Amino acid sequence: MLHIKDLYTAVDNKKILEGLNLSVNVGEVHAIMGPNGSGKSTLANILAGKEGYNITQGSVSYENENLLELSPEERARKGVFLAFQYPVEIPGVNNIYLLKAALNAIRKHQGKPELDAMEFMNLVKGKMKLVQMNKDLLSRSVNEGFSGGEKKRNEIFQMAILEPKLAILDETDSGLDIDALKIVAEGVNSLRNKNRAFILVTHYQRLLNYIKPDHVHVLSKGKIVRSGGPELALELEEKGYDWIN
Amino acid sequence: MNKTIRHYLADFKQLQNIKKDDWFSKQRQSAFNIFQESGFPSTRKENWKYTDVKPITKKLFSNITNSNVVISDNEIDAILFKELECIELVFVNGAYSEKYSNIKNLPNKLTIRNMANAFVNDEDFLKKHLSQYVNDDSSSFVTLNTAFIQDGVYINVPSDLTLERPISITYISKDNSNIFATHPRNLIFMGENSKATIIENYIGIDDANYFTNAVTETSLSQGASLKHYKIQQESSNAFHIGSLNTSQNKDSRFESHSISIGGALVRNDINARLNKEGAEIMMNGLYMTDNAQHIDNHTRVDHFKPYTQSNQNYRGVLNGKSRGVFNGKVVVHPQAQKIEAYQNNANLLLSDDAEIDTKPELEIYADDVKCNHGATIGQLDNDMLFYLRSRAIDEQTARSLLTYAFADEIINNISFQSIKNKLEHLIIGRLPDSSLIREYV
Repeated sequence: MLHIKDLYTAVDNKKILEGLNLSVNVGEVHAIMGPNGSGKSTLANILAGKEGYNITQGSVSYENENLLELSPEERARKGVFLAFQYPVEIPGVNNIYLLKAALNAIRKHQGKPELDAMEFMNLVKGKMKLVQMNKDLLSRSVNEGFSGGEKKRNEIFQMAILEPKLAILDETDSGLDIDALKIVAEGVNSLRNKNRAFILVTHYQRLLNYIKPDHVHVLSKGKIVRSGGPELALELEEKGYDWIN
Repeated sequence: MNKTIRHYLADFKQLQNIKKDDWFSKQRQSAFNIFQESGFPSTRKENWKYTDVKPITKKLFSNITNSNVVISDNEIDAILFKELECIELVFVNGAYSEKYSNIKNLPNKLTIRNMANAFVNDEDFLKKHLSQYVNDDSSSFVTLNTAFIQDGVYINVPSDLTLERPISITYISKDNSNIFATHPRNLIFMGENSKATIIENYIGIDDANYFTNAVTETSLSQGASLKHYKIQQESSNAFHIGSLNTSQNKDSRFESHSISIGGALVRNDINARLNKEGAEIMMNGLYMTDNAQHIDNHTRVDHFKPYTQSNQNYRGVLNGKSRGVFNGKVVVHPQAQKIEAYQNNANLLLSDDAEIDTKPELEIYADDVKCNHGATIGQLDNDMLFYLRSRAIDEQTARSLLTYAFADEIINNISFQSIKNKLEHLIIGRLPDSSLIREYV
C-alpha cells in the first residue's frame, strides 16, 4: 500500500531524513520509534503533505500513485489520515461542521452519496462512545479550549468518522494519562481491520502495551536502523536509545 | 478661493436662500464660515495622514437634496431588515421617505422624527442640543455637515423607557442625473436609565456615484444604555465620511458596533467622551476591503473621570490592492484614576498588494490606571490551513473558512441574535469564494 524508497529531506538546508525505506501493507500496524530529533514527526508530516519540506531524493508511492505529487486534501480524500501531535485550535470553525464537510468530501471522492445532517448525527453518536467524547466539545470551535487529552481524543474521534485506509498517529500517546491512553488505544484497536493500515509514531513503548504492532522500526538520524517484531520495542524500553547507536 | 470651495459656497447660498426663515440659518452660516476658513484636511494633518481626501474634493457634488428619486419595492425589500420589526426611518438620496418609513405606534413620550420635521416641531430642544455633542472645529467635514443639514433623524428616549424594538435608520443612495452629496445629521438623546438599540445603515444601489457626509451625535444621561450599530455598505464608487460622537454621563453604557464593507473611500470616526464616573463604552469594529477600496477607522476616547471604561476591538480583512487604516487614540485625563482602557486591532492581509496602517495611541496623564493596547498584522495561519486540508477540505475553501472565522470574532461580540445573523450573511457575501463555505456556518 505504502512504499517509501530512499527518502531524503531537508528543511532550510538542514538534513532530516537521510535515506529512509519503509513498506506498509494493508491491514498492518507499524510502530516507528526513535529518539527526539530522529525525524519521526517529519515523516508523519511529509506523508500527510505538509509544505516546507524539501524532498531532495527518493519516492513515496501510495496505492501505486506518487503520493508526493498530491495535495494534502487529495491525500485525505484517498484515505490518508494524520492524527496530529499538536492539534491546532481554530477559533470560529465549528468542529462538527468541519467533520461533516470532511466526511462528505471523502465520500464524494469515493462516489458515495453525501450524508445529510440526520444521517451524519447518527454516525457521530455511535463514534462518540468509542472515544468517550464529551458531546459539548462537538459544537465548539475546532480544538478551542480543549485540554491536551481532549484534543488527542478528538483526533481519534475524527479518524473513527473518516475511516481512513492509512492512519498515521503522530505521538498520540504523548501527554496522555493512563486512562486517556487506554481510551485512545481502544479506539485505535476497534478500527483495526484487514483493509486499514496504521503507522504509530511514538517515543515511548507504553502505547504499544495497548496497541500491539505487527512491525516495529527504530528511526535514528533520518533512517530506519533496525526493524523487528513487538519484542524490539520491549528491548528498546529496557536498553534505551543509546543501545541503537 | 479654490474651485471646490467656490462650488460649495454657491450651493450654500442656494440653501440659505431656500431656508432663509429657518431659526438655524445663523448657525449654518457660522459653520460654513469655519469650513471656508479651514478647507478640506490635507494629509499633512496628523489625523488625515493616511487618508487623502482629494478624490472627494476634486468632485463637484450637488449639495441640495433632490427628493424626486424613487426606489422600487423590490429594492427596498432587499435592503431593510424586515424580520427585526424595527421602528423604521428610510431616506433616499438624503430625503426622508414617508412611504418606506414606519414610526407609528410609538411608546408614550418617545420622540422619533426626521430632522427636517424636528426643525419645525422640536425647535426648543434642538436649539439646546444640536451641535452640543460634537466639536464644530473637530473636522471640516463636521462643519460642512452642519452647514448643509437638510434631513436626518432626531430621537429622544424618555427616562426609564426600555425600547424593545430596534430603531433602524437607513440612508439609501441611488444614481441620479448628477453626482450628489448628502449630509445626514442624527441627534440621539437618551434620558436617565433608558435603553435602546439603533441601527444606522448606509447603502448604495448599483454603482451610484455620490458622497455621504454623515454626523451622529448622541448624549446618554445617567444610567442610560445605547447599543449602536453602523453598517456601511455604500456603493463601490461612493465616498463616505461619517462620525459618531458620544457624550456619556454617570454609569451610562454605550455599545458601538461598526461594520464597514462598502465604498471607494471611507472614513469612520468615533469620538467618545466619558464625562462622568462609571461611564463605559465598548467599540467593536470590522472592516473588509477589496480591489482599490480605502477604509479608515479613527477612534478617540476621552476618559475625563475616574472609574470609566473603554474597550475597543477592531479587525480588518484586506484583499486586492485595498488599503485600511486604524488609528485609535485613548486620552486619560489627569483626574481620571482607576479607569480601564483596552484597545486591540488585528488585521488579516489576503494579498501582497493590500496595505494596512495601524496606529494605536495612548496618552495617559493619570497614574493609577489599567491600560493596554496592541496591533497585529498577519496572513492566514499555515498550521490551521494544513489542518483543514489534511481533513480533505480544499485549499480555497480552507482559506475562505479561516478568513470568515477571523472576521466572525467581531460579529460574535454582538448579543442581538437577529442582527448577528444578518451581519454574518453580509460578511460571508463579501468573502472570496463565499459559496464554498455556506454549509459550515
